[in-house]
Amino acid sequence: MSTAQTGSFTDDDLRRILREGAGSDESVDLDGDILDSTFEELGYDSLALLETGSRIEREYQITLEDDAVSGVRTPRELIDLVQQRLAARPS
Amino acid sequence: MTARAVVTGLGIVASNGIGRDAYWAATLAGRSGIGRITRFDPTPYPARLAGEVSGFAAEELLPSRLLPQTDRMTRFALVGADWAFADAGIRPQELPEFDMGVATASHAGGFEFGQNELKALWSRGGQYVSAYQSFAWFYAVNSGQISIRNGMRGPSSVVVSDQAGGLDAVAQARRQIRKGIPLMVAGAMDSSICPWGWVAQIACGRISVSEAPDRAYLPFDAEACGYVPGEGGALLIIEEADHARRREAPQVYGEIAGYAATFDPRPGSGRDSGLRRAIEQALRDAEIPPDGIDVVFADAAATPELDQVEATAITGVFGPGGVPVTAPKTMTGRLYSGAAPLDLAAALLSIRDGIIPPTTHVRLADRYEIDLVRNAPRTAPVRAALVLARGYGGFNSAMVVRAPT
Repeated sequence: MSTAQTGSFTDDDLRRILREGAGSDESVDLDGDILDSTFEELGYDSLALLETGSRIEREYQITLEDDAVSGVRTPRELIDLVQQRLAARPS
Repeated sequence: MTARAVVTGLGIVASNGIGRDAYWAATLAGRSGIGRITRFDPTPYPARLAGEVSGFAAEELLPSRLLPQTDRMTRFALVGADWAFADAGIRPQELPEFDMGVATASHAGGFEFGQNELKALWSRGGQYVSAYQSFAWFYAVNSGQISIRNGMRGPSSVVVSDQAGGLDAVAQARRQIRKGIPLMVAGAMDSSICPWGWVAQIACGRISVSEAPDRAYLPFDAEACGYVPGEGGALLIIEEADHARRREAPQVYGEIAGYAATFDPRPGSGRDSGLRRAIEQALRDAEIPPDGIDVVFADAAATPELDQVEATAITGVFGPGGVPVTAPKTMTGRLYSGAAPLDLAAALLSIRDGIIPPTTHVRLADRYEIDLVRNAPRTAPVRAALVLARGYGGFNSAMVVRAPT
């Protein structure tokens, strides 16, 4: 399932990690077009985001500062942040 | 006139029945939920029996957002509150948010959640600890989660006084009703049947090490050898009486009529336990004389010394054999904070149905001069009931519930 080995991070990876770490809101279709919805609209609070960030760090072996994660508003912004960190990772 | 607090909804989770009707049917039938522990392998531990709740499917009863952030006791509490609201015919989202509060009790917080995260910390490192550990273990978390899920922004609190806490929380709800809050969710759910919780419980020295489910928890029996722990409890919808009447509540189970809490003198002082004082003050608070009480739900600690204290207190107030006494918790084990709210629920159902649930498997020792309702339920009009609860370390609480007027 994980694309950690290939060094990329996709929206499906994020969906999976959100579900594992924080569940999903009943009124939200997480499989739909969520990239530009805010996490708040998707039913995720700051703690859910913190848990999600922590799981991404573990799986992808990158570091996401708490400030960086809490500053992210949408899935697209989080994916961009993770991809930047992956790209900066020494190969 | 002081506002009256009445009970209009019950949410129950117990090892012998999940939900009000299942619990009550099992309890009247004398069906026990006590058995060998299955949630972990109890073989290496001296005590191996518990009143475990089986068949509670949290993933079918709660949204997935709540599962990663909740201990088992919190799942019981959230579902119990849902059922209590449904029983009371209330949709909380339709009531003003500051008109509703929550008062729960907790024995030890979310032990199993805490154990799993400590294990992650110890074996894998800090980055593997769930962000939800920040609150999921916390003994106030059930009040918080119930208030968030149901949009209840009135006064909310938690009390921690071991088994007595279950009554203390309901008393706190009554205080809030008297201060003008129309509705409170009150009671407790506890669960710590995990290795870490288990060793903590064993350390108190009062747990039965018997391996026979029908001989392990025997309050007021000459063979009393400690208690069997259980999990679960009850949550009650407590309403101001006029509020319940105006909205035409589907039922009023009864009124929280009297309450008192006392503390035992220090061990070795030679002075009497405070339990009798708690009973007398609760009766006075309810303005009901001893002969107005139709049944006593005993704390039922099942150690000879504590059983003697309780039997002496009951006999001192009511006279030898002066009132029916029962302990349906012989079928569920002691549920810590959850025990007394479950007894309150049973007392209110006794009032509703005119039947007293039994104490199971106990052969009453000669030295206790109490009228113990044993083995089979007893049909009798119940207008008022007294519930007793004692907490480790000297807490005594007594509460009187009476039939709706």
